[in-house]
Amino acid sequence: MTDAVAIGEGVPSRAVGQDRNRVLRRLKLGDTGFRILTQISAATVLLILCGVILSLMIGSLPAIKEFGVGFLFTQSWNPVTEKFGALAPISGTLITAAIAMLIAVPVGLGISIFLTELCPQPLRRPIAIAIELLAGIPSIIYGIWGLFVFAPFVQEYIEPALITVFGPIPILSTLFAGPPYGIGMLTAGFILAIMVLPFITSISRDVFDTVPPMLKEAARGIGCTTWEVMRNVVIPYTRIGVIGGVMLGLGRALGETMAVTFVIGNAHKISPSLLAPGTTISATIANEFTEAVGDIYTSALIELGLILFVITFIVLAIARLMLMRIEKKAGA
Amino acid sequence: MALYDARRRSNTIVMGLCVAASAFGLAFLVLILLALLWNGLAGLTPSVFIEMTPPPGSSGGLLNAILGSLIMTVLGVAFGAPLGMLAGTYMAEYGRYSKLTFFVRFINDILLSAPSIIVGLFVYEVIVVRMGHFSGIAGAIALAVIVVPVVVRTTEDMLLLVPGPLREAATALGLPRSHMIIRVAYRAARAGLVTGVLLAVARVSGETAPLLFTALNNQFLSTNLNAPMASVPAVIFQFALSPYRDWQQLAWTGALIITFAVLALSITARVLARQRIAK
Repeated sequence: MTDAVAIGEGVPSRAVGQDRNRVLRRLKLGDTGFRILTQISAATVLLILCGVILSLMIGSLPAIKEFGVGFLFTQSWNPVTEKFGALAPISGTLITAAIAMLIAVPVGLGISIFLTELCPQPLRRPIAIAIELLAGIPSIIYGIWGLFVFAPFVQEYIEPALITVFGPIPILSTLFAGPPYGIGMLTAGFILAIMVLPFITSISRDVFDTVPPMLKEAARGIGCTTWEVMRNVVIPYTRIGVIGGVMLGLGRALGETMAVTFVIGNAHKISPSLLAPGTTISATIANEFTEAVGDIYTSALIELGLILFVITFIVLAIARLMLMRIEKKAGA
Repeated sequence: MALYDARRRSNTIVMGLCVAASAFGLAFLVLILLALLWNGLAGLTPSVFIEMTPPPGSSGGLLNAILGSLIMTVLGVAFGAPLGMLAGTYMAEYGRYSKLTFFVRFINDILLSAPSIIVGLFVYEVIVVRMGHFSGIAGAIALAVIVVPVVVRTTEDMLLLVPGPLREAATALGLPRSHMIIRVAYRAARAGLVTGVLLAVARVSGETAPLLFTALNNQFLSTNLNAPMASVPAVIFQFALSPYRDWQQLAWTGALIITFAVLALSITARVLARQRIAK
């Protein structure tokens, strides 16, 4: 180590060298410290996940011991006799999410086709932002709007119309049977559809943009219409990404809480009719958790949470894997 | 020629449907905002900001709820944002290609969309049960758990946008890596990092589910972090489902305030992010 630092006129002395060493050591220490700090922070994200899973598992142990696997297939939910089964909330969650996807997938794809192909350039950004703002509106706002504005509308106009239209058709008549309450699975599914729409739209728009322009131009060059280009070139090319986006929306729809709690009706029974009130996992937890008395009741609710987390985790993981594949394709 | 007409017709029909789909999506945004204005403006008086939540039948405001929301949001972001930023820094600067980064990115993306009610259950199990009672601090921690993934994601994305030569130049001047990150990379990505924090604030200020069984609610003004604390979303939940007219009115007003606050935040975040890209 040579003390070659000539600062001004000063003769480089031993003292300067020691100073320098000290500063260097401090910098090195700070550097290592910072690196370790960031590394620990990154690991904390993993720890949060482990913490969530572990705490839910520990919390649901009493219920798992009490009810076993039968919990998943039992419909009764009786706080008085402390007999709990998750079938009604699970089926409600799956049915509302399915309704939401039936509506949101075609509409979301339609919007992204509109935005990538049809919309005049100056309007593209404003419309895309407006759709994304739908994702920014808090879930509870959808709830209060759904309860006071949308549900009465559904009760007044949509449900009676569905009942008269599908009444005479054998299978569909059971799906749309019963008095129009306004609140119920159909309304909840519909509101979920509006809520997941922006996620499906923005991801499918992103993946549509990964299609090489040459492919689209070639298709147009042999005389394809816009729809044929979309159907035969763009959508097959981006299939995995689109499915990933849809799965991401599905993950959201499965776990959505507040909006559903307002409009689902909170009835612990499975009804063949979509117009009937039902419940979902998240709505059950939101409604009953603070009022739950007794360990078994609380534990059963936590087990519901664990089931929900496992389902959404799997769905979201599949979504991410698919989106990663399309990213790799776009990068290659 | 018949085939040609049929193809053109189906094209027109599908494109028409796409336009209709967009109109459908936009219509709901407009409908929701109009309903909020219509129902919420009537109750938007100064007393909303200076009075407590009332018992049914008397007049009041949302002061305790607004204050509680502010306290828990600020604390939640104060806990969550630094952690998220440091984690994002590791992923973009130190371990860009490491296994840990790959896992964290994957898990983080899942946490980003995981149901927020699960976070409520987690914090209930870990903190509320241990403390023995609901508290504002538990609410803040629940919000922090939601903030982390949002900030991790934006921090990583924004740092990855910082050009490599900038880092190389700083390193060539002899800056230690941590100084290079703090003085150069953070500075270059500043607008993006602020965007991430703003997005996180927007995300948590409307969250209800994780607060229901962590902070619970409080009818009175309280700044005690050790006691249950009111928040605007929780009050909306309670008041909207009540049978009392004046409570429902307050719920609408609260909904109006919170929606416009959240939308203003996310639009600001977007504008900032756009400036960053334009540069």
